Amino acid sequence: MSLRLDRPGLLFAAVGLAGLALPLVQFKANRIVPGEGLSLPAALPMGLLMLLGLGAVLLAGCLRWSSALRLAAAAAGLAAVLLALGGAATSLTPPDDTLARVAPATGFWLLLLAFALMLTDALTRLRPALWLRVVLLVVAVTALAALLGSGLLDGVSVMREYAARQDMFLREAQAHLVLAFGSLGLALLVGLPLGVALYQARALRGPVLSVLNILQTIPSLALFGVMIPIFGWIAANVPGAAQAGVAGIGLFPALVALFLYSLLPVVSNTLTGLAGVNPATREAAIGLGLTRVQLLGWVLVPLALPVLLAAVRIVLVQNIGLAVIAGLIGGGGFGTFVFQGLNQTAMDLVLLGALPTIALALVAGIALDLAAEAANRRAPARQGA
Amino acid sequence: MIEIRALTKIYDGTPAVEDVTLTVEPGQIAALVGTSGSGKTTLLRMINRLVEPTSGQVLIDGRDTREGPAHLLRRRIGYAIQGHGLFPHRTVAQNIGTVPRLLGWPAEKIRDRVDELLTLFQMEPDAFRDRMPFDLSGGQQQRVGVARALAAKPDLLLMDEPFGALDPVIRAKAQADLRDIQRRLGTTLILVTHDMEEAVTLGDRIAVMDKGRLVQYAPPSEILTAPATPFVRDLIGLDQRPFHLLSLTPAFALAAEGHAAGPVLPRDASLRDALAECLWSGRDALPVEGGGVITLAALRAQAAPAARAAE
Repeated sequence: MSLRLDRPGLLFAAVGLAGLALPLVQFKANRIVPGEGLSLPAALPMGLLMLLGLGAVLLAGCLRWSSALRLAAAAAGLAAVLLALGGAATSLTPPDDTLARVAPATGFWLLLLAFALMLTDALTRLRPALWLRVVLLVVAVTALAALLGSGLLDGVSVMREYAARQDMFLREAQAHLVLAFGSLGLALLVGLPLGVALYQARALRGPVLSVLNILQTIPSLALFGVMIPIFGWIAANVPGAAQAGVAGIGLFPALVALFLYSLLPVVSNTLTGLAGVNPATREAAIGLGLTRVQLLGWVLVPLALPVLLAAVRIVLVQNIGLAVIAGLIGGGGFGTFVFQGLNQTAMDLVLLGALPTIALALVAGIALDLAAEAANRRAPARQGA
Repeated sequence: MIEIRALTKIYDGTPAVEDVTLTVEPGQIAALVGTSGSGKTTLLRMINRLVEPTSGQVLIDGRDTREGPAHLLRRRIGYAIQGHGLFPHRTVAQNIGTVPRLLGWPAEKIRDRVDELLTLFQMEPDAFRDRMPFDLSGGQQQRVGVARALAAKPDLLLMDEPFGALDPVIRAKAQADLRDIQRRLGTTLILVTHDMEEAVTLGDRIAVMDKGRLVQYAPPSEILTAPATPFVRDLIGLDQRPFHLLSLTPAFALAAEGHAAGPVLPRDASLRDALAECLWSGRDALPVEGGGVITLAALRAQAAPAARAAE
């Protein structure tokens, strides 16, 4: 095999080598003081060897190897970087010191980015079959869970914050899922029928979509600002409202806000999906004697399914991210840690909220992409007229 | 029997179909011809109530189509359209089985019917049953579309430009096959087309529509030889008249005693085919399969106005 330069590989190497040169971790005497950056050789007993190894992998990545080899190298690199972080945290923290923190620093993030990019690139080039990608996703999630559960990373600052708040973390994780999936469920419950109705009543499309468009452009903080007094008043003055969960702050307004933001993507994608069905197919279906309901259930919805799943993906990923804002008004979720951390200038606590949010959004996005592709394969011919 | 009585459809004050009355006998093919915007498709769609008439009546075997819900009426009437409108997410068998399933036939009976139709349309059931529509050629898609329309054994089949999307070679074959199948099943067929050639080839009677009105409703030979208005004459095309006329008669009908050399003309070839063969091979007479000859002189006489006058 002739060795030729691989351009994406060059980019990954540049990012990764910069990461090797910059501090891997930050050692802090306690959780809020600024710390001291330590590069890989200084942070780990075997650090220099590891640095040379990772550097060699990154440099080798500049040349064209088989994608499978690159995939293996990237996965190994990712694992090594994570283990290095855990190892550094364990070896740097003095025994019995509960105040000192070892936090991931720029170098770690860059290395993580470099190997993650390399992994994605290799995967894209391999074009694995759909089922294999599902398996890979499950393997990746399991591996991450195993790594977190193994205790190898327990010395890292974020995990120390987690250890101090295990119960709360589980509760907020639950709240976050309720916010993201609950708002999605509500949006589907209202948005799908609304989309179908707009499909039937062409005249209503313009006005309804404009209203939803305007809703979408209101900044979330402003939306809370509007809702807090309104819902507060309702809770205080409408009998039974407070018992039903209506409140100016907390879970309720957060759920409502996320629901409102989800409506436009759900409704417009429903409409697009239904309108995209070949008119001849629709005409033939009616001509054969399908009732309105049968037309929807047998023909229109199955054919619009890929577009509907795309809407679910957009909304779910958007809401997993947006749900962080609920922390601001006592709605719970990972945002609670983010805002607490910001108030205490404790970046590790911010990360405890941010990292699971990112991971959740990433996994949800990939999983729904796979589902949409599977649906697309079942209804591939969205042929024009 | 299909009776259309004073059928009218008015859109925003403008009549799309105006006071059309015509009757189609059982087992016959009626071709609705006209330019685009002549109302022929609207007329067809009023028969299965895809368009509700403004006034007038459609009677099928004496029963008014307005009795009962429209979707139940449509299940009794076959419907096939241009671009076939197959369900892209369903297999060929599921597509064909649509109406039987709507009618609640048992699965076994639907399966048998699908296989029977696939065989009828010269598609090997084992090879085609589980294929998806996008996996078929244009001609095969069209045949599945017609098979689907015929699945529940309707007495009446409506077709809107069913061959519009096919190339000329496949179209001629599809028309011949349809004619053949229609004769065998005895289905009454009402067909919309803008192609006079198609109307002449398929129609037992041709209904010429112009600006929403029925201008002439007559057998092809009458339309060709005695057009009711200049519009009908223009629609036929002066340059095409003799050829259309010749295409109506099969070769054996004009075969006379005699002897001719050269390749034999198939028995069911039309006189038009015979003329083409004479011109192309430079012969004055052709032997016809099963005995007899056709002469160029006989063909000329058949297409000449004098012969028509004598009819």
